[in-house]
Amino acid sequence: MTRGFRIAFKAAIILIAIVAAVLIASVILWLIGAEVGATFYTICIAPLTNMLHISEVLIRAIPLCIIAIGISVAYRSGIINIGAEGQMAMGILAFTGVALAFPDVPRPVLLPLALLASVIGGGVWGYIPGILRAKLNVSELLSTVMLNYIAAQFYSLCLRTIYLDPAEQVYGTGTPQSMRLTENVWLGRITGRLHYGVIIAIVLAVLIYILMWKTTIGFRMRASGSGARAARYAGISVGFYAALSMAISGAFSGLAGGIELAGVHRRAIEGITNNYGFSGVVVALFGGLHPFGIIPASFFFGLMIYGATLAPSKVGVPANIVQVMQGIIIIVIVTAQMVLSNAYFQDRVWRKYQSLRKKEA
Amino acid sequence: MLDILTNMLAMCIPFSVALLLASIGEMFNQRAGVFNLGCEGVMAMGAFIGMLIPFAAGGGGAVSQWYNFFGFVAAAALGAVFGIIFAVITVTFRAPQGIAGIGLQMFGVGTAGTLFRHFVGGTQSIPGIPDIDIPLLSKIPFFGDVLFSHNAMAYLAYLFIPVAMYILFKTPWGLKVRAAGTNPRAADSMGINVTRTRYEALMLGGALAGLAGAYLSIAQAKMFSDTLISGRGFIAVALVYFGHWHPLQIMGGALLFTFAQTFQTIIQSMGISFPYELAVMLPYVLVIVVLSFTSKDQTMAPSSLGKPFNREIRT
Repeated sequence: MTRGFRIAFKAAIILIAIVAAVLIASVILWLIGAEVGATFYTICIAPLTNMLHISEVLIRAIPLCIIAIGISVAYRSGIINIGAEGQMAMGILAFTGVALAFPDVPRPVLLPLALLASVIGGGVWGYIPGILRAKLNVSELLSTVMLNYIAAQFYSLCLRTIYLDPAEQVYGTGTPQSMRLTENVWLGRITGRLHYGVIIAIVLAVLIYILMWKTTIGFRMRASGSGARAARYAGISVGFYAALSMAISGAFSGLAGGIELAGVHRRAIEGITNNYGFSGVVVALFGGLHPFGIIPASFFFGLMIYGATLAPSKVGVPANIVQVMQGIIIIVIVTAQMVLSNAYFQDRVWRKYQSLRKKEA
Repeated sequence: MLDILTNMLAMCIPFSVALLLASIGEMFNQRAGVFNLGCEGVMAMGAFIGMLIPFAAGGGGAVSQWYNFFGFVAAAALGAVFGIIFAVITVTFRAPQGIAGIGLQMFGVGTAGTLFRHFVGGTQSIPGIPDIDIPLLSKIPFFGDVLFSHNAMAYLAYLFIPVAMYILFKTPWGLKVRAAGTNPRAADSMGINVTRTRYEALMLGGALAGLAGAYLSIAQAKMFSDTLISGRGFIAVALVYFGHWHPLQIMGGALLFTFAQTFQTIIQSMGISFPYELAVMLPYVLVIVVLSFTSKDQTMAPSSLGKPFNREIRT
């Protein structure tokens, strides 16, 4: 097998995967009678046409990037964390709690403290499924989903009761939201709504790269993910690292919630999590589970999520289309990966290719 | 007090049908060795198509029961198609089943929501299917209300449990399914086509999940919304673990979880000042607690659950 053939084979599979994804999405769009080309243009290209749109895309890319990095840590350690949505909600609750409790503490103390609280909030919520998986063999896929629903209910319970804006009680509009948080926890903004979270996200990506590829802990986590039995024989406590990776993953999701709150909304309202937790899984896979792949991937998905918010008014396509596309992308990625790693299939194609060449000659 | 208890128990059977059907379907998938986490998405698609047909026929008004029937049939057919899609991904391409299931779930829920907004629009209700009081039996005090005055699908779903047991434990196909999930290599060497068996099991499981979704929209909620399924697909998967891959125990689990869900309705109707959210949370908490107690013991699990079968590779 020549090297050129291998590269051509990989490129062909990836091309087929992209074409397949676009085709399936087109079928759905065609079913609802939308203009397929115009829809793809609105979702993937229109948001890049001016600076305001680009900053909105970046705002959505920040939580996606942080969450996806966390998910990639867990995924590399052999755990699929689909509970980022709930972990993010718990992070937001913890952040709000600190901000509401100490409104007069100066900013250099309060902002880090509140962010730390969101890290702990998310981390604990991530640690629960991790430890349940390690000690009691509970499928993390199920426990994280359940914890998502629990966190969502807990979130609205808190907003409706202990965090409720006193002004809401006076006027009684009944919107479950907290009061506007003190300026001491606000994250500075670069331009428009774009906040400094963008820098935090990149720093975190570098830190996780160092943790996963340059330290023993990272090596052990990756080892227990790629071969639990071999790792156990090598003396690695697989359960411990599984729980640790989930705690890290949850901490990142919680932090993403805290940053989103401090940078964008500045008061706890319903719907901050905005499905970022599930999109994060797609971003992590799309970015090849590597921090430096996740950064561009999160930009791409930020683009899609923002583009989808434009779609209802511009081309009459519901914003749910982004969820459809994410589902298709996950399925296509995992399928394409299997084809790419299938040496037998590659060999078969190579032989076919050679016999064709012989016939021509 | 007895009234409340009767009410709660009377709600249990009709409200448990969706969970029951979906779990039995998932049980067939898992017995064949495939872990289908996309159940939630298939249920969403089934719920949508099941609601669409009677809605399109009657515009939200009264329709002939045949259209409800067609709704169920279409939901089952669509579910089977989704089963085939999942089989192509996980059996033919051998993709990791957990993450592929999440993809299918997102795709199903997203597509159902998108199509719903286009074809139906806002909140629209449909007449649904009537309750059938079984003559004589429904007149028995207490038991009549609890057991014998429900809709036709509820009776059929419960009648399906012994059928499912018969299929799984007494027919050659059931044996093939169990073999494919327990030891696919041995099954393969005995001439069973593992790939084909898994395809068939996934089709059956998908069809049942589609029916479960249609039951939610046609018989239970009589409408469709994005939050209609709200994790029932995942609870159904958890129930299979809880029920040790056996139809009867799954039925017990489905009833238990439905009982937990009815708390929220009861609390609302009685006007107790108990945080509504805590009542909604209850079934999900229960899932985690139950899984914590039952997951350690994996002796009943199909031993090749979640493992793709490849006859070309020695293991």
